[in-house]
Amino acid sequence: MDHRSSSVSLSLDEMKLLQSPHSQSSSFFDYLLQTRPELTPAARWGGMVTTPFSAEDAQRGYLASVTHGTTVLAIKYDRGVVIAGDRRATEGYQLAARTMEKVFKTDSHSAMAIAGAAGPCLEMAKLFSVELEHYEKLDGVPLTCEGKANRLGQMVKANLPMVMQGLVVIPLFVGFDAKLGEGRIFKYDVTGGRYEETDYHAIGSGGKDAKVTIKERYRRQLPEEEAIRLALQALFSAAEEDVGTGGPDTFRRIFPTMKLIDVDGVRDADESRIASLCDELARVRAKQD
Amino acid sequence: MSLPYYVSPEQLMQDKAEYAKKGIAKGRSIIAMEYQDGVLFVADNPSTSLFKVSEIYDNIAFSGAGKYSEFENLRKAGIQHADLKGFMYSREDVTARSLANGYSQTLGTIFSQELKPFEVEILLAQVGANPGENELYRIAFDGTIFHERVFVVIGGRSEALLAALQKGAGDQPVGLKPALKHCVGALKTVSEQDVALDGLEIALLDRTRPGRKFRRLSQDECSSILS
Repeated sequence: MDHRSSSVSLSLDEMKLLQSPHSQSSSFFDYLLQTRPELTPAARWGGMVTTPFSAEDAQRGYLASVTHGTTVLAIKYDRGVVIAGDRRATEGYQLAARTMEKVFKTDSHSAMAIAGAAGPCLEMAKLFSVELEHYEKLDGVPLTCEGKANRLGQMVKANLPMVMQGLVVIPLFVGFDAKLGEGRIFKYDVTGGRYEETDYHAIGSGGKDAKVTIKERYRRQLPEEEAIRLALQALFSAAEEDVGTGGPDTFRRIFPTMKLIDVDGVRDADESRIASLCDELARVRAKQD
Repeated sequence: MSLPYYVSPEQLMQDKAEYAKKGIAKGRSIIAMEYQDGVLFVADNPSTSLFKVSEIYDNIAFSGAGKYSEFENLRKAGIQHADLKGFMYSREDVTARSLANGYSQTLGTIFSQELKPFEVEILLAQVGANPGENELYRIAFDGTIFHERVFVVIGGRSEALLAALQKGAGDQPVGLKPALKHCVGALKTVSEQDVALDGLEIALLDRTRPGRKFRRLSQDECSSILS
């Protein structure tokens, strides 16, 4: 593709931004709030909040037509942390997507997975990865793992008006802490509260089922292979118990996605490895029944 | 009542240009050179934390010579501009050409309207998917924009340095090792003192990297490349 032809011309106003940085902070989110508030989730929905939605309203009303994402989890292993998610997205009682990606690399040493309303979820993942890259470029060094986790908490908090509308976005954040030399897992609540998990965590509609499975078999310092297997087992269990969670689709060869974060950075778990592990798990389950 | 002195526009512009040129000439030089896998930057910069070359976006790098506070502001504004554009549209829509145009507009306006012009020279480089598709731009203090090929030099002694670079250089981009040797050699010819690797800031826009192409080379890496 000729990259020259794809350039988009900006208005003179935007050109003028080049004169001096518009905001002295290193945050892209702050910069958006100041210059293009209509592009931020908080400002867009903030004005609309009148009365909080009840769960019943949500079911009856427009929320049934909002795409939702479902079970994601993170487990620590001996070299770092693994983060995985199923692929199903639902719209009310309809299946909206079979191949949704819910695990995102946010920078070289961190990743996040999200559960909740798909649109705002994807938007938050995109905004957060730009936020991290923006900081790194302006300041010349990446944020610390702790710093990234805190920043994500502030962004979840800014999303509160949307939560009142029933559009919940809950991230699960994992990163490799270079200082501590280990992987870390952070979970959040809708108010932006940030809590660190020492070993594993799962969120989303099937999160509870996934967590129970992990709890039964987890031990510290798992080797990578075992951690991947455990993550798949947990997603498998969640899919069996929860309608919103998609199990391994052996007809279409659709399997959970997974990323591994260690000292060398973020990498995708090998697809063929996941596929063969899923097939193996399915055979074991078939025997159990 | 005293009347203000009349100064002709020609005189005014000439004075401003002289002032800006003087400021830039005091600065150290920066070279950008196309090599086989992308663009190589070599900057005469003894500091290991205050950088002269830095990343703007996936395949775009920025370098400024002259007054630090001024080109640092331009760099930050460029990153904000690029990240906003990439966020609003798509990552492929962020181009060096549009940034170079923006810088040209900005510097041009400042030069003609402000009392004090910016004492900076800007270098923008974009690495293309193939060797023939790199883009190198030099933007002068008054907003004049130059689309360059193979080499760009900004900062003090840039004419002498460009002459040294052009001596013995072929038309086709060379490998990283000969390119780095050539740049360091040219810096040595124009500099009175000896040029040591620890006094150089070296970075690459490397098209073989996935995603973000910008990478700094450490002193150790450079000496192992050169050896």
